[in-house]
Amino acid sequence: MPIRTEPITVNIGPQHPSTHGVFRLRVTFDGEMIVDVEPIFGYLHRGTEKLAEERNYTQIVTLTDRLDYVASMTNNQAYCLAVERLMGIEVPIRGQYLRVMAAELQRIASHLVATGFLLQDLGALGTPLMYCFRERERILDLFEMLCGARITVSYMRPGGVYYDAPEDFWPALDRFLDYMPSYLDELEQLLAENEIILVRVRNVGNLPLDRLIACSASGPILRASGLAWDWRKADPYDVYDGLEFDVPVGTNGDNLDRFWVRMQEMRQSLRIVRQCVEQMPPGPVRAELPLVLRPPKGAESYGRVESPKGELGFYLISDGGISPYRCKIRSPSLLNLTMIKDLLIGWKLADMIVNLGSIDINMGEVDR
Amino acid sequence: MYGLGLAKGLMITLKNLTRKPFTIQYPEERVSQHPRFRGEEFGWYEERCTGCASCAKYCPLGIIKIVTSPSGTAKPQGDKYNLEVFDIDIGRCMFCGLCVEACPYDALFMGSGFERGRYARSELVIGIDELRQAEKRPSTWFRPQLENAGYSPHDGPPLSWKEVGREQNRWHQHEKSGARINRADIGEGRSSSAES
Repeated sequence: MPIRTEPITVNIGPQHPSTHGVFRLRVTFDGEMIVDVEPIFGYLHRGTEKLAEERNYTQIVTLTDRLDYVASMTNNQAYCLAVERLMGIEVPIRGQYLRVMAAELQRIASHLVATGFLLQDLGALGTPLMYCFRERERILDLFEMLCGARITVSYMRPGGVYYDAPEDFWPALDRFLDYMPSYLDELEQLLAENEIILVRVRNVGNLPLDRLIACSASGPILRASGLAWDWRKADPYDVYDGLEFDVPVGTNGDNLDRFWVRMQEMRQSLRIVRQCVEQMPPGPVRAELPLVLRPPKGAESYGRVESPKGELGFYLISDGGISPYRCKIRSPSLLNLTMIKDLLIGWKLADMIVNLGSIDINMGEVDR
Repeated sequence: MYGLGLAKGLMITLKNLTRKPFTIQYPEERVSQHPRFRGEEFGWYEERCTGCASCAKYCPLGIIKIVTSPSGTAKPQGDKYNLEVFDIDIGRCMFCGLCVEACPYDALFMGSGFERGRYARSELVIGIDELRQAEKRPSTWFRPQLENAGYSPHDGPPLSWKEVGREQNRWHQHEKSGARINRADIGEGRSSSAES
């Protein structure tokens, strides 16, 4: 007589430590295999788009810090680009360089968090995550020198950055740039030569490129599947078209490739920061603007950057007043999360959290 | 071969064993923040404040409450208001520092504290008396004159309103003098160049 089996539905979250935020999954298992997934989110909804409608253009910068709180600088940058296009503001060159430099440091910090949590999800509790956080701490120290805060930076303003870097920032950045490559080597060796990790991540969680494009995914997960699509190359903003860097591309689109792409991007970011330090001209860092901006009535603009997670865009409509009529946020985490069924169905329970972690979502940005 | 991975892992342990610890024992030891650190102990100079409430208007959360009354002073003696209430509700403050950026008279400064844990929300409101009496060690955030003077709020002396100086940004001076920026200069009126 055959054993009667039936699928079991398990609720995971919203307060599960490894779901990368306040995120709930209703997963149906057949034995250990995932047969259906239903994501439920919205627990971290703060109404940022609505709040933006009643604040003036500079005040919204402080709201953007809180979208993707692991990568505040790129949020600031995307929003400021949108406002500058709305008003036709020219940003001074030094301001643009400072922005690019801060955004690339932020990219390293964000990818370090993603890599650390990948290991945490694989079961290497604590220690490797703390290795990554230790290095992230050095970057946050640099941010504290730049703008007085570590996470919620509010560093950029429409028209540039709030102030020039202090004098003791440059030696500290040089020390960081000298030190960081050896750490990245160590981290890569720690991971890429570990047999247990390789077995767990190689050919697990493969994402086909056509599905990624159909879901309008972007960022490292798209590049890991083999498409060299990066807004820094495709539509250079700020000073990216004057900087040399490569876009690392994976082949299989599995968890290992996503990790590998992030590792290589950290190296490329270091390269960009180094070029910024060498090329940075003297001069003003902020365009001369009044404190309260009034864009022309009916103007629309879309500012986008390649954030560590993918394409982050702000769509602004002005009604001629001091606050936008509409502020739409195109967040990469939400659109990358639409891949969740392709990512989880057919894999085992133990791979579930690893796969989810490998697309590096951030719930502050998904729910906004 | 069995055991090779184990040996490799232990090599990393050995390498890290001899490193200096990165963490510190917090209540006994402290990391010193950069002078630009945006923290709570706000520095407010009543001598400079006119009660214009620019900071209150510019605060994204609206947590600064200012109540003023007309003072009897004639214009030549300085036409300013009497300040009755100047409350900063730091229970809701996110320390973005926009109030400091907006202050046209350099009367408000960020502080450098971060240890104001209390049991009640009402104790998190900094009132006008506390602001008046506090020893002011202002943060150098948005105040480059302090930064250029090498001032550090952690080991520097408390500063009086005569010593904190004025922020020397050219276009801020322009704003502070009350002159309006010519809108044509900043490209307003031009159509939006949304190239997206």
